[in-house]
Amino acid sequence: MVPVVELNDIAHVYVTDREASLAVEGIHLKVEPGEFVSLVGPSGCGKTTILSVIAGLLQPSKGAAYVNGDPIYGPSPEVGYMLQQDYLFPWRTIMDNALIGLELTERLNPESRSAVQNLLREMGLGDSGNLYPSQLSGGMRQRVALVRTLATDPGLLLLDEPFSALDYQTKLQLEDLIVETLKERGKTAILVTHDLSEAIAMSDRVILLNRNPGRIHRLFDIPENIRRAQPFFARKEPGFNELFHEIWGEMQTIGKE
Amino acid sequence: MTTRHEPSASSSKGWLQDIYVKHTKKKKSIRNRVLAVQLSLLLLFFIWWEAAGRWKWIDVLLFSYPSKIFSNIWGNMVSGELWGHLGITVGETVVGFLLGTLVGTLLAVLIWWSPFLNKVLDPYMVVFNSMPKVALGPIFIVMFGAGFTAIVITTLSITVIVTTLVVYNSFNEVDSNLIKVVRTFGGTKRQVFQRVILPASYPAIVSTLKVNVGMAWVGVIVGEFLVAKSGLGYLIMYGFQVFNFTLVLSSLLIIAVVATAMYQIVVYIERKLLTHR
Repeated sequence: MVPVVELNDIAHVYVTDREASLAVEGIHLKVEPGEFVSLVGPSGCGKTTILSVIAGLLQPSKGAAYVNGDPIYGPSPEVGYMLQQDYLFPWRTIMDNALIGLELTERLNPESRSAVQNLLREMGLGDSGNLYPSQLSGGMRQRVALVRTLATDPGLLLLDEPFSALDYQTKLQLEDLIVETLKERGKTAILVTHDLSEAIAMSDRVILLNRNPGRIHRLFDIPENIRRAQPFFARKEPGFNELFHEIWGEMQTIGKE
Repeated sequence: MTTRHEPSASSSKGWLQDIYVKHTKKKKSIRNRVLAVQLSLLLLFFIWWEAAGRWKWIDVLLFSYPSKIFSNIWGNMVSGELWGHLGITVGETVVGFLLGTLVGTLLAVLIWWSPFLNKVLDPYMVVFNSMPKVALGPIFIVMFGAGFTAIVITTLSITVIVTTLVVYNSFNEVDSNLIKVVRTFGGTKRQVFQRVILPASYPAIVSTLKVNVGMAWVGVIVGEFLVAKSGLGYLIMYGFQVFNFTLVLSSLLIIAVVATAMYQIVVYIERKLLTHR
């Protein structure tokens, strides 16, 4: 099977007037279809850089990157990106916000429109289509952002700390919703997060990154029982705490370097 | 869907309703009191001015007084002389301020589109912006003839660069994450502009409209001073030369009324355009 994402010895350099600094180096990564992978690590480890490379927003300085076996030249409709906050356009209604991706890729037609309407309904936003973002709560807005990302039907979703701006309760609900939605549709996903327990609860594989420059430190495969459980219940599965402390310990040693 | 309590929705709780009614009543009464004081201040000023003029506390030749001014305006209105001057001035102002905003915004789009052009033009814009543009008036009159065009160009010289700078600034202040949203869908630069930059900058563009109303009046009146053929600016100049200050003050009063009306129209447009923000 062709991996959905393949990164081959990726390095990226950020150039400013003062200096050229190495953000990530020697990144090798393969993500199989349907897999849910999390990137965790201390700040400055280049998590978002890696995501931007896969999204086609950044051309890596070195190395080769492929999505579905094709080299990445720029953003593609195959890849959906969810940001840290909803970033809905305040001047557009919820429906129009959800449709923006279809509009931009010129795939807006009555069928795709009703598909988005259905998606909104599935997320419990069926009645909100004509409202404006300012009239919705943070959790609802992030759900609209999820609909916006799913509307173009990408095979791969990049989630860049999508829960970081939400309160704890909303965050737990959204974790369940996202995992469920993605599993149902057979999507592949890469999640960037600061929250270790979130990473373990949601993913099939956790990748711990080291910093200065960012590189892969260690891979952790999540045991079957935790993987199968919904994120909320995964936290109570046997082995969850042990794994949490193992990764936590590794992170501490990175921090001391 | 919002958590806001609509008082009407919870009518079973009468005391909630009471608090709400009390609140609106208090707000209304404050608004009325402000309006009353404003109106009486205005009235008092006119009464004092009238009295001062009639009993010669002030120099009537210089300061005139309200009844004289109003009868002057009324006379000009009836004879029809006012309308021609008023029409020309309002026409010049409206054209100048719409064109100024449009050209200024287009220029902002241009330098947003090409950062290279922006870097090249930057010092020229700074120099031109800090220059007293009305000083160019005589040159415009020679170039475009003593009339409508020269006056509109004078107005443009005042409004365009400021508009460009303000609008360009607001283009740059658009949240980069909103742009990222469009970019992740593979949006082009053109789409980024149409879907994000422009709609996000409507408030800034409308607020430059507000500023430009005032600027356009300055440009037009100064232009009419220089051209001195017709318009309210010409009336002021003429009144000054023949020492008829009743005419000068009449023109000023009319300008105040019309300029305020134009400003209110812009405010109305702003409210229509910028709901939901």
